[in-house]
Amino acid sequence: MKASVIVFPGSNCDRDVQVALEKFQISTTMVWHQDTSLPKCDLIVLPGGFSYGDYLRCGSMASKSKVMNEVIKFANKGGYVFGICNGFQILTETGLLPGALLRNYKLKFICKDICVKTTNNQTPFTNKISVQKILTIPIAHNEGNYFASQEEINTLKENNQIVFQYCDVDGNISDQSNPNGSILNIAGIVNKNKNVLGMMPHPERVIDQILGGTDGQEIFKSLL
Amino acid sequence: MKFEIFVTLKKEVLDPQGKAVEGAIKNLGLNSISNIRQGKYFTLEINEQEQSKALSQAEEACKKLLANLTIEEYQIRKLD
Repeated sequence: MKASVIVFPGSNCDRDVQVALEKFQISTTMVWHQDTSLPKCDLIVLPGGFSYGDYLRCGSMASKSKVMNEVIKFANKGGYVFGICNGFQILTETGLLPGALLRNYKLKFICKDICVKTTNNQTPFTNKISVQKILTIPIAHNEGNYFASQEEINTLKENNQIVFQYCDVDGNISDQSNPNGSILNIAGIVNKNKNVLGMMPHPERVIDQILGGTDGQEIFKSLL
Repeated sequence: MKFEIFVTLKKEVLDPQGKAVEGAIKNLGLNSISNIRQGKYFTLEINEQEQSKALSQAEEACKKLLANLTIEEYQIRKLD
Protein backbone atom coordinates (compact mmCIF):
# COMPACT_ATOMS: atom_id res chain seq x y z
CA MET A 1 0.00 0.00 0.00
CA LYS A 2 1.26 3.46 -0.97
CA ALA A 3 -0.05 6.74 0.35
CA SER A 4 0.26 10.41 -0.52
CA VAL A 5 -0.21 13.10 2.12
CA ILE A 6 -1.25 16.47 0.69
CA VAL A 7 0.49 19.41 2.36
CA PHE A 8 -1.27 22.78 2.31
CA PRO A 9 0.11 26.03 3.72
CA GLY A 10 -1.02 25.72 7.34
CA SER A 11 -1.24 21.92 7.52
CA ASN A 12 0.26 20.83 10.83
CA CYS A 13 -0.61 17.14 11.22
CA ASP A 14 0.97 16.09 7.93
CA ARG A 15 4.14 14.69 9.50
CA ASP A 16 2.21 13.01 12.33
CA VAL A 17 0.10 11.14 9.82
CA GLN A 18 3.20 10.22 7.84
CA VAL A 19 4.70 8.66 11.00
CA ALA A 20 1.43 6.78 11.58
CA LEU A 21 1.26 5.44 7.99
CA GLU A 22 4.89 4.38 7.99
CA LYS A 23 4.48 2.60 11.31
CA PHE A 24 2.18 0.25 9.39
CA GLN A 25 4.60 -0.07 6.45
CA ILE A 26 2.52 2.19 4.19
CA SER A 27 5.15 4.03 2.13
CA THR A 28 4.27 7.70 2.09
CA THR A 29 5.02 10.60 -0.22
CA MET A 30 4.35 14.20 0.76
CA VAL A 31 2.64 16.16 -2.04
CA TRP A 32 2.60 19.97 -2.16
CA HIS A 33 -0.79 21.56 -2.81
CA GLN A 34 0.39 23.33 -5.98
CA ASP A 35 1.43 20.10 -7.68
CA THR A 36 -0.67 19.22 -10.68
CA SER A 37 -0.10 15.47 -10.62
CA LEU A 38 -0.16 12.79 -7.96
CA PRO A 39 2.38 10.02 -7.46
CA LYS A 40 0.98 6.54 -8.04
CA CYS A 41 -0.73 5.58 -4.82
CA ASP A 42 -3.68 3.74 -3.27
CA LEU A 43 -4.53 6.23 -0.54
CA ILE A 44 -4.55 10.02 -0.27
CA VAL A 45 -4.60 11.64 3.15
CA LEU A 46 -5.74 15.21 3.71
CA PRO A 47 -4.16 16.01 7.08
CA GLY A 48 -5.30 18.16 9.97
CA GLY A 49 -4.23 21.73 10.48
CA PHE A 50 -5.33 25.21 9.53
CA SER A 51 -4.96 25.33 5.76
CA TYR A 52 -4.81 28.96 4.57
CA GLY A 53 -5.25 30.07 8.18
CA ASP A 54 -8.92 28.96 8.04
CA TYR A 55 -9.62 32.14 6.02
CA LEU A 56 -13.14 32.55 4.59
CA ARG A 57 -14.33 29.11 5.80
CA CYS A 58 -12.23 26.20 7.09
CA GLY A 59 -10.99 24.20 4.12
CA SER A 60 -12.59 26.46 1.50
CA MET A 61 -9.39 27.74 -0.13
CA ALA A 62 -7.63 24.37 0.12
CA SER A 63 -10.56 22.75 -1.68
CA LYS A 64 -9.80 24.99 -4.70
CA SER A 65 -6.05 24.33 -4.79
CA LYS A 66 -4.51 22.79 -7.91
CA VAL A 67 -3.83 19.34 -6.53
CA MET A 68 -7.44 18.93 -5.42
CA ASN A 69 -8.58 18.49 -9.04
CA GLU A 70 -6.43 15.35 -9.12
CA VAL A 71 -7.67 14.24 -5.70
CA ILE A 72 -11.29 14.53 -6.89
CA LYS A 73 -10.51 12.49 -10.02
CA PHE A 74 -8.71 9.90 -7.89
CA ALA A 75 -11.69 9.63 -5.51
CA ASN A 76 -14.16 9.36 -8.39
CA LYS A 77 -12.13 6.44 -9.76
CA GLY A 78 -12.50 4.64 -6.42
CA GLY A 79 -9.15 5.53 -4.81
CA TYR A 80 -9.15 5.78 -1.01
CA VAL A 81 -9.25 9.34 0.35
CA PHE A 82 -8.98 9.97 4.09
CA GLY A 83 -9.54 13.46 5.54
CA ILE A 84 -8.77 14.09 9.19
CA CYS A 85 -10.09 17.23 10.95
CA ASN A 86 -9.20 20.05 8.53
CA GLY A 87 -9.04 17.29 5.91
CA PHE A 88 -12.69 16.45 6.66
CA GLN A 89 -13.58 20.15 6.29
CA ILE A 90 -11.76 20.22 2.92
CA LEU A 91 -13.66 17.12 1.74
CA THR A 92 -17.03 18.74 2.49
CA GLU A 93 -15.92 21.93 0.73
CA THR A 94 -14.98 19.95 -2.40
CA GLY A 95 -18.33 18.16 -2.33
CA LEU A 96 -16.71 14.71 -2.06
CA LEU A 97 -18.60 14.40 1.24
CA PRO A 98 -22.00 15.96 1.97
CA GLY A 99 -22.71 18.57 4.64
CA ALA A 100 -20.51 21.18 6.31
CA LEU A 101 -18.64 21.72 9.58
CA LEU A 102 -19.85 24.72 11.54
CA ARG A 103 -18.43 26.52 14.57
CA ASN A 104 -18.69 24.38 17.70
CA TYR A 105 -22.00 24.95 19.42
CA LYS A 106 -20.36 26.51 22.48
CA LEU A 107 -17.93 28.61 20.39
CA LYS A 108 -14.88 27.07 22.05
CA PHE A 109 -11.88 25.33 20.57
CA ILE A 110 -11.98 21.83 22.05
CA CYS A 111 -8.82 19.80 22.54
CA LYS A 112 -9.43 16.61 24.52
CA ASP A 113 -9.81 12.86 24.34
CA ILE A 114 -13.33 11.79 23.43
CA CYS A 115 -15.04 8.47 22.74
CA VAL A 116 -16.54 7.52 19.40
CA LYS A 117 -18.60 4.49 18.54
CA THR A 118 -17.77 2.68 15.31
CA THR A 119 -21.23 2.44 13.80
CA ASN A 120 -20.14 1.07 10.43
CA ASN A 121 -17.29 -1.40 9.95
CA GLN A 122 -18.15 -2.17 6.32
CA THR A 123 -15.68 0.36 4.96
CA PRO A 124 -12.03 0.04 3.90
CA PHE A 125 -11.13 2.31 6.84
CA THR A 126 -12.91 0.37 9.58
CA ASN A 127 -13.11 -3.24 8.41
CA LYS A 128 -10.82 -4.56 11.17
CA ILE A 129 -12.80 -2.81 13.93
CA SER A 130 -15.62 -4.75 15.54
CA VAL A 131 -18.92 -3.00 14.99
CA GLN A 132 -20.11 -0.78 17.88
CA LYS A 133 -16.56 -0.72 19.28
CA ILE A 134 -15.80 2.40 21.30
CA LEU A 135 -12.52 4.12 20.46
CA THR A 136 -10.83 6.85 22.49
CA ILE A 137 -9.31 9.40 20.13
CA PRO A 138 -8.49 13.09 20.68
CA ILE A 139 -10.30 15.93 18.96
CA ALA A 140 -8.77 19.38 18.45
CA HIS A 141 -11.06 21.73 16.58
CA ASN A 142 -13.10 24.89 16.60
CA GLU A 143 -15.33 23.96 13.64
CA GLY A 144 -16.43 20.36 14.07
CA ASN A 145 -20.16 20.82 14.39
CA TYR A 146 -21.42 18.60 11.57
CA PHE A 147 -24.41 20.00 9.71
CA ALA A 148 -26.36 18.70 6.72
CA SER A 149 -29.88 19.18 5.45
CA GLN A 150 -32.53 16.74 6.66
CA GLU A 151 -32.57 15.21 3.18
CA GLU A 152 -28.81 14.65 3.26
CA ILE A 153 -29.01 13.19 6.77
CA ASN A 154 -31.70 10.76 5.58
CA THR A 155 -29.47 9.73 2.68
CA LEU A 156 -26.52 9.22 5.05
CA LYS A 157 -28.66 6.94 7.22
CA GLU A 158 -30.17 4.98 4.32
CA ASN A 159 -26.75 4.27 2.82
CA ASN A 160 -25.12 3.51 6.16
CA GLN A 161 -22.60 6.33 5.64
CA ILE A 162 -22.25 7.34 9.29
CA VAL A 163 -19.07 5.67 10.52
CA PHE A 164 -18.23 7.28 13.88
CA GLN A 165 -20.54 8.91 16.44
CA TYR A 166 -19.53 10.71 19.63
CA CYS A 167 -20.51 8.69 22.70
CA ASP A 168 -19.68 8.35 26.38
CA VAL A 169 -17.36 5.70 27.83
CA ASP A 170 -20.29 3.27 27.99
CA GLY A 171 -21.22 3.88 24.36
CA ASN A 172 -24.31 6.04 24.91
CA ILE A 173 -24.82 8.42 22.01
CA SER A 174 -26.49 11.41 23.67
CA ASP A 175 -26.46 15.20 23.90
CA GLN A 176 -24.18 14.90 26.95
CA SER A 177 -21.61 13.01 24.90
CA ASN A 178 -21.82 15.43 21.97
CA PRO A 179 -18.83 17.80 22.30
CA ASN A 180 -19.60 20.23 19.49
CA GLY A 181 -23.30 20.11 18.55
CA SER A 182 -22.98 17.79 15.53
CA ILE A 183 -26.25 16.43 14.14
CA LEU A 184 -26.69 12.81 15.33
CA ASN A 185 -23.34 13.13 17.17
CA ILE A 186 -21.63 12.59 13.82
CA ALA A 187 -17.83 12.40 14.13
CA GLY A 188 -17.08 10.73 10.79
CA ILE A 189 -18.81 9.79 7.54
CA VAL A 190 -18.02 8.06 4.26
CA ASN A 191 -19.28 8.82 0.76
CA LYS A 192 -21.82 6.53 -0.93
CA ASN A 193 -19.08 4.37 -2.46
CA LYS A 194 -17.34 4.10 0.95
CA ASN A 195 -13.93 5.03 -0.50
CA VAL A 196 -13.81 8.54 1.02
CA LEU A 197 -13.75 8.98 4.83
CA GLY A 198 -13.81 12.26 6.73
CA MET A 199 -13.55 12.39 10.51
CA MET A 200 -12.91 15.12 13.10
CA PRO A 201 -11.00 13.01 15.69
CA HIS A 202 -7.26 12.49 15.13
CA PRO A 203 -6.40 8.76 14.96
CA GLU A 204 -2.78 9.57 14.02
CA ARG A 205 -2.31 10.98 17.53
CA VAL A 206 -3.06 7.65 19.23
CA ILE A 207 -0.98 5.05 17.41
CA ASP A 208 1.53 4.28 20.15
CA GLN A 209 1.36 3.83 23.90
CA ILE A 210 4.07 6.47 24.21
CA LEU A 211 1.57 8.98 22.76
CA GLY A 212 -1.05 8.02 25.33
CA GLY A 213 -3.17 5.56 23.39
CA THR A 214 -3.37 3.05 20.57
CA ASP A 215 -7.00 3.13 19.45
CA GLY A 216 -6.07 5.04 16.30
CA GLN A 217 -4.10 2.01 15.10
CA GLU A 218 -7.31 0.20 14.23
CA ILE A 219 -8.04 2.55 11.34
CA PHE A 220 -4.56 2.28 9.85
CA LYS A 221 -4.62 -1.52 10.26
CA SER A 222 -7.96 -1.65 8.45
CA LEU A 223 -6.39 0.07 5.44
CA LEU A 224 -3.73 -2.61 5.01
CA MET B 1 -18.20 47.83 -12.02
CA LYS B 2 -18.30 47.61 -8.25
CA PHE B 3 -20.42 45.16 -6.34
CA GLU B 4 -21.05 44.26 -2.73
CA ILE B 5 -21.85 40.75 -1.59
CA PHE B 6 -23.46 39.63 1.64
CA VAL B 7 -23.06 36.02 2.76
CA THR B 8 -25.20 34.85 5.66
CA LEU B 9 -26.10 31.55 7.26
CA LYS B 10 -29.41 30.08 6.06
CA LYS B 11 -32.33 30.61 8.43
CA GLU B 12 -32.43 26.95 9.43
CA VAL B 13 -28.73 26.91 10.38
CA LEU B 14 -28.00 27.78 13.99
CA ASP B 15 -25.71 30.80 14.37
CA PRO B 16 -24.01 30.54 17.78
CA GLN B 17 -21.91 33.66 17.10
CA GLY B 18 -25.03 35.69 16.42
CA LYS B 19 -26.52 34.31 19.64
CA ALA B 20 -23.43 35.30 21.66
CA VAL B 21 -23.49 38.80 20.16
CA GLU B 22 -27.17 39.04 21.02
CA GLY B 23 -26.39 38.12 24.63
CA ALA B 24 -23.82 40.92 24.81
CA ILE B 25 -26.26 43.40 23.24
CA LYS B 26 -28.79 42.48 25.92
CA ASN B 27 -26.11 43.18 28.56
CA LEU B 28 -25.92 46.72 27.20
CA GLY B 29 -29.57 47.10 28.10
CA LEU B 30 -30.71 47.18 24.48
CA ASN B 31 -33.54 44.79 25.15
CA SER B 32 -35.56 45.56 22.03
CA ILE B 33 -32.87 44.09 19.76
CA SER B 34 -33.26 40.43 18.87
CA ASN B 35 -32.62 37.83 16.15
CA ILE B 36 -29.03 38.87 15.49
CA ARG B 37 -27.39 36.88 12.70
CA GLN B 38 -23.76 37.37 11.80
CA GLY B 39 -22.46 37.22 8.23
CA LYS B 40 -19.72 38.24 5.85
CA TYR B 41 -19.44 41.28 3.61
CA PHE B 42 -17.32 41.55 0.44
CA THR B 43 -16.77 44.38 -2.01
CA LEU B 44 -15.28 43.67 -5.41
CA GLU B 45 -14.62 45.21 -8.80
CA ILE B 46 -15.33 43.41 -12.06
CA ASN B 47 -13.72 44.57 -15.25
CA GLU B 48 -16.63 44.06 -17.68
CA GLN B 49 -18.65 46.49 -19.78
CA GLU B 50 -21.96 44.64 -19.66
CA GLN B 51 -23.69 44.39 -16.32
CA SER B 52 -25.14 40.96 -17.07
CA LYS B 53 -21.65 39.54 -17.72
CA ALA B 54 -20.32 41.07 -14.53
CA LEU B 55 -23.25 39.74 -12.53
CA SER B 56 -22.82 36.24 -13.83
CA GLN B 57 -19.18 36.30 -12.74
CA ALA B 58 -20.15 37.54 -9.29
CA GLU B 59 -22.72 34.72 -9.11
CA GLU B 60 -20.11 32.16 -10.07
CA ALA B 61 -17.70 33.50 -7.43
CA CYS B 62 -20.44 33.20 -4.80
CA LYS B 63 -21.48 29.69 -5.78
CA LYS B 64 -17.97 28.31 -6.13
CA LEU B 65 -16.14 30.00 -3.27
CA LEU B 66 -17.56 32.96 -1.35
CA ALA B 67 -20.59 31.07 -0.03
CA ASN B 68 -21.06 27.43 0.90
CA LEU B 69 -24.58 26.76 -0.34
CA THR B 70 -25.02 23.87 2.07
CA ILE B 71 -25.16 26.33 4.96
CA GLU B 72 -25.14 29.85 3.50
CA GLU B 73 -26.99 32.13 1.11
CA TYR B 74 -25.78 35.27 -0.67
CA GLN B 75 -27.02 38.59 -2.02
CA ILE B 76 -25.24 40.61 -4.70
CA ARG B 77 -25.80 44.36 -5.05
CA LYS B 78 -24.35 46.75 -7.61
CA LEU B 79 -22.59 49.80 -6.18
CA ASP B 80 -22.69 53.05 -8.15
